[in-house]
Amino acid sequence: MRVVIGEDLALLRDGLIRLLTAHDFEVVDAVDNGPSLLRSLVTHRPDVAVVDIRLPPTFTDEGLRAAISAREQVPGLPVLVLSQYVEQLYARELLSDRAGGVGYLLKDRVSDIGQFIDAARQVAAGGTVMDPEVISQLLARNARNEPLGALTPREREVLSHMAEGRSNAAIAARMFVTEKAVSKHTNNIFAKLGLPPSEDDNRRVLAVLTYLNGA
Amino acid sequence: MPNTAEHAVPTAGRLRRIGWQVGLIGMSPISLAVAIISIVFLALSWTWIALPVVIGAVAMTRVLADGYRTVAGQLLGSEIARPYRPRPAGGWSTRLFALAKDPATWRDLAWLWVNATLGFAMVVFSLGLFLAVAWQLLFPVVWSIWPSVFVEYWGVFDITSLPRAVAVSWPVALVYFGLWWRFEPLLMRSYARLARSLLSPTESSRLAKRVEQLAVSRAETVDTQAAELRRIERDLHDGAQARLVALGMSLGMADEVMDRDPQAAKVLLAEARTTTSQALAELRNLVRGIHPPVLADRGLDGAVHALAMACPLPTSVDVDIAGRLPAPVESAGYFAVAEAITNVIKHSGAGKAWVRLTYADGRLALMVADDGNGGADPGRGTGLRGIERRLAAFDGTVVVSSPAGGPTVVTMELPCELSSVKTSPSSGTA
Repeated sequence: MRVVIGEDLALLRDGLIRLLTAHDFEVVDAVDNGPSLLRSLVTHRPDVAVVDIRLPPTFTDEGLRAAISAREQVPGLPVLVLSQYVEQLYARELLSDRAGGVGYLLKDRVSDIGQFIDAARQVAAGGTVMDPEVISQLLARNARNEPLGALTPREREVLSHMAEGRSNAAIAARMFVTEKAVSKHTNNIFAKLGLPPSEDDNRRVLAVLTYLNGA
Repeated sequence: MPNTAEHAVPTAGRLRRIGWQVGLIGMSPISLAVAIISIVFLALSWTWIALPVVIGAVAMTRVLADGYRTVAGQLLGSEIARPYRPRPAGGWSTRLFALAKDPATWRDLAWLWVNATLGFAMVVFSLGLFLAVAWQLLFPVVWSIWPSVFVEYWGVFDITSLPRAVAVSWPVALVYFGLWWRFEPLLMRSYARLARSLLSPTESSRLAKRVEQLAVSRAETVDTQAAELRRIERDLHDGAQARLVALGMSLGMADEVMDRDPQAAKVLLAEARTTTSQALAELRNLVRGIHPPVLADRGLDGAVHALAMACPLPTSVDVDIAGRLPAPVESAGYFAVAEAITNVIKHSGAGKAWVRLTYADGRLALMVADDGNGGADPGRGTGLRGIERRLAAFDGTVVVSSPAGGPTVVTMELPCELSSVKTSPSSGTA
């Protein structure tokens, strides 16, 4: 699987290269600033890009901007964005083209290597992976709203797993219940939120996030 | 709050000015009386018995001067500041000396005399022109009531019929009207300028006042910053630093037991990873409180939108700032809005909030409004006081309008420059 890395700190860049190479990713390019990242993404068209939000020259959200404009030129280009902070504003911008193949994770999540590699693979496959922190912020913010308040605590838990991009099987494994029980919960959730039910993981995530963001 | 900018006030039209001229003329006997009493008893002040009267006269003078300031301010379209020095601490003799040494005391007295003479003449002349117009217009009516009394007009014309009265007096009215229309504004403006020259702060008293404000706001800023630094130091010490120590300990222990008991080492390593995440989370929160990354990335506009998105109640944001503000102003503005929104969430019981940021005439205006219970008291809440302190360093002001039953509107203003980068106004509901 071909990957492009955009990270300006040499320490972290080398770490990411090492980590991804060890898990059968082929690092085709690793750049340290926004403009070269955009160029690299458009020329290499990797299977997935791992991008730090804050990059030179401006040291602001250069990486995010590069990722978004690369996706404008190459629709659906899978991008996994890493940051020291999660900001709902940025999550919304990444999700706005609804093309999938988007990940937005706190940098700390890299330390759980299995989960990080999973996320990268999921994004490469066109899935959507949001950091639990984004989800919990969105849920907290919408907690008072009518339909969301109607969810049971169990359903809310399933909803947050769902929004993080997990399949029913993965949710079942995490919650120590059967897949059938999870599927019952998800059907309830979709019914209560008035969303069309879907078994496609990515469509599910997008539906939930769109719902939470738009409320 | 410290603010020396001249506030624009609406100027009054001709008709309202007539009312004022009547008022000013009505006030002049009182002014003159106070002026005379001041001088006479000042001359007698060596008798000590006269002193209370002098003090009373000074107090009265200040009340009158404030009235004249208001009138002159409205005539000129810009408020006239009060020039008085603050009352010093100490006994009555200290205060008395301070009063005597304050140039504003003597300038007020000078104004009372100028007002009673030249000023009076200007106002009377202004009103006189208007009365002349009125008299000439009404002359035919007066003539028809008492034709025998007003037989002659200025001893030149014989008035024998109503049309003749009209034919004679109305053209004269027109002339008076022209004079009034042309000269009344000039006269009243000159009058107001004359008042301003004596009643507004002199350059040195203006500077003295400004220095005092700056000293206060600087002390507050320094205090706030010192407290902030202490908080950051404590947070680092109890948070990230402690976690790193724990991390080192876990790693060291893992290293030690690695060969003997790989399973235990694994547990220790997992612990180390959890500790790293916690340390990072704490650092994140700390940095957010110092300078939120989104503020650095997107400026005030984006950062306030992000705030609104994180706010548990629906908050609409409307930004109309054509350019980028200086970084310190953005930071102060951001935290002020954040504090105001926190107040809304905590106290207002509102179902909705609005944030509006605008920039005009060298002032950034931040407005946070909600549809909650109202009754917010800036004297009581520490939140509002915190905003005031934060903005004081920029000569900013906070105005809270919060009638019981709501809505509450907090308007914060701070003067600042705008860099010329053009961005389109944006708005949206989060």
